[in-house]
Amino acid sequence: MTDTSSPVVLGLPETTVVPDGIPALTEHTRVEAREIIARYPRSRSALLPMLHLVQSVQGYVSPAGIALCAEELDLTKAEVAAVATFYTMYRRTPAGTYHVGVCTNTLCAVLGGDAIFATLKEHTGLTHNQTSADGTISLEHLECNAACDYAPVMMVNWEFYDNQTPQSARALVDALQAGNPPAPTRGPSTLVTFKEVSRVLAGFNDGLGQQGPTAGTPTLVGLALANKRGDLAPAYPAPAAAPEMES
Amino acid sequence: MVFTPVLSAHWDEPDSFTIDGYTRNRGYEALTKALLMAPDDLIALVKDSGLRGRGGAGFPTGMKWGFIPQGPEGQGAKPHYLVVNADESEPGTCKDTPFMMANPHALVEGVIIASYAIRASHAFIYVRGEIVHVIRRVQEAVQQAYAAGHLGEDIHGSGYALDVVVHAGAGAYICGEETALLDSLEGYRGQPRLRPPFPATHGLYACPTVVNNVESIASVPSIVLGGAQWFASMGTEKSKGYTLYSLSGHVKQPGQYEAPLGVTLRQLLDLTGGMREGRTLKFWTPGGSSTPLLTADHLDVPLDYEGVTAAGSMLGTKALQCFDDTTCVVRAILRWTEFYAHESCGKCTPCREGTYWMVQILERLEGGTATEADIVTLLDTCDNIFGRAFCALADGAVSPIVSGVKYFREEFTQHLTSGGCPFDPVASTVFAGVPA
Repeated sequence: MTDTSSPVVLGLPETTVVPDGIPALTEHTRVEAREIIARYPRSRSALLPMLHLVQSVQGYVSPAGIALCAEELDLTKAEVAAVATFYTMYRRTPAGTYHVGVCTNTLCAVLGGDAIFATLKEHTGLTHNQTSADGTISLEHLECNAACDYAPVMMVNWEFYDNQTPQSARALVDALQAGNPPAPTRGPSTLVTFKEVSRVLAGFNDGLGQQGPTAGTPTLVGLALANKRGDLAPAYPAPAAAPEMES
Repeated sequence: MVFTPVLSAHWDEPDSFTIDGYTRNRGYEALTKALLMAPDDLIALVKDSGLRGRGGAGFPTGMKWGFIPQGPEGQGAKPHYLVVNADESEPGTCKDTPFMMANPHALVEGVIIASYAIRASHAFIYVRGEIVHVIRRVQEAVQQAYAAGHLGEDIHGSGYALDVVVHAGAGAYICGEETALLDSLEGYRGQPRLRPPFPATHGLYACPTVVNNVESIASVPSIVLGGAQWFASMGTEKSKGYTLYSLSGHVKQPGQYEAPLGVTLRQLLDLTGGMREGRTLKFWTPGGSSTPLLTADHLDVPLDYEGVTAAGSMLGTKALQCFDDTTCVVRAILRWTEFYAHESCGKCTPCREGTYWMVQILERLEGGTATEADIVTLLDTCDNIFGRAFCALADGAVSPIVSGVKYFREEFTQHLTSGGCPFDPVASTVFAGVPA
């Protein structure tokens, strides 16, 4: 038998101190972490959603969050930290209530994303990956967010704010700072917080998917044009013979 | 018929994303039909249709399914998995995201049929994390499918059982590469694996796994309903069927256009009003930034797998990013290169170090402090990266550079002689000319 009375602790140093204003992870967090683990054939697959879960409580991946994941998955903290630091959505400092992203990949940048990001940096006094002192907003420049037909695109808490300009971006951030966020262009009727969105990413659906439009205009222009032209895909062939139904 | 809406046919109905909206338009009929077929017959049907992967590589979907070992021996005896690659992140690519927002049930139905065909009892939909409303819609579609008896135990009384998990990524372009995606889904850093072995035999948890793009899987129900001949009646000889083309950039009407493979950019631009007023097309990508740039000389290239390859590029994701004559090609390429440097997973030295150095050289070029020798060094670096990494990210990283220098070398030189960028970045914005 191995003596486990004073085990060697691998990975990050023990951290029990929770910074001011950051909620502690609770037994409830562990219960939900185990719910996530139960979804997968192998437990380690739960790690990414569990890190989203940690962010849903604390707004970032804290040392305590890394320790929780390590304990629940029987991994070392170094193994968990190695994963957490690989993915850009996991934050090492608390995100703002509203996490503001500006796409500055080539297409959005050229169409105005660079000007929007420069405007917001100046307007908020924040730089890439910084959070405001009051914790209301954090700012980040993003890589392509799969909405190029709505360029230039901004995301707040990973919800779409399409077709932005420097002026509209300033107004959006002002509204966020005033606690009066407008609804996303294609998203729920009300913008939810970074932490609430992180719960959805952890796999806990919030039921808001039924809200918001089916699509925005650019998504539908092709269909509208096809309809206008009378263009249709060929019809499905009729079935050769309907099977006899027993009465 | 220039356009053939199938996937997008009902997006304009306000409830197209709900199970009621989908069912009203013959949704889940294909599933009923498929469950009465032998799994091998379904694989043959998809092979016969000519459907090729819509995620960029264009590999025949039915053949991929056919590679899954079946039977009680060896790898065949292990659990089989279907993994949907919904990690849409290739710059310019924006088709799967609006598709899943508008009609997630077509994806779910395709997942069930594909899983039944390859004999998987567990499927995963790996959606990039940065599109949370899309994730909600897919999660809710899966919940609704369970409630309707399309998922879970004994689906439609067939005895077939399937569970589907919607898994959110966490921000890593590389996870769109299928083996990196599998590592990520296993809870590791998303880094590509050396192949062989391929996922078909050693995929998720070293078990037989099919990884398919969203659009490929979502095309399956229509093939089941319409048949292989119906699907193959659209498209060109080796590139069958319909597909989503995503038009973006300095065009009058950016958006999603569903057409048979082989349509040309000229046709699409002619029908949608073309480039913005008073401007001309300068360069474009046929399928995202990893596919070599094309120019106005390539407007008549058929946008199918063979046609674009013959023109020196790749069809890729059919992300048609169009840039007009106000755009500095050096700036565009620098930004893409910064993207590849940021997203390189770090596993392979040529990619990790090469993308870093290419950014340094391109910064000097754009800033006008480089020399002619830097252009040569840049191309040398590309030569030393291409084909020398585990995955295609490295090849993608050199695509815009090599093609950009090929078509616009004088513009690179112009940056050197004029001591900086000769373009006004304001002129290329959508709000150019609007007072601040």
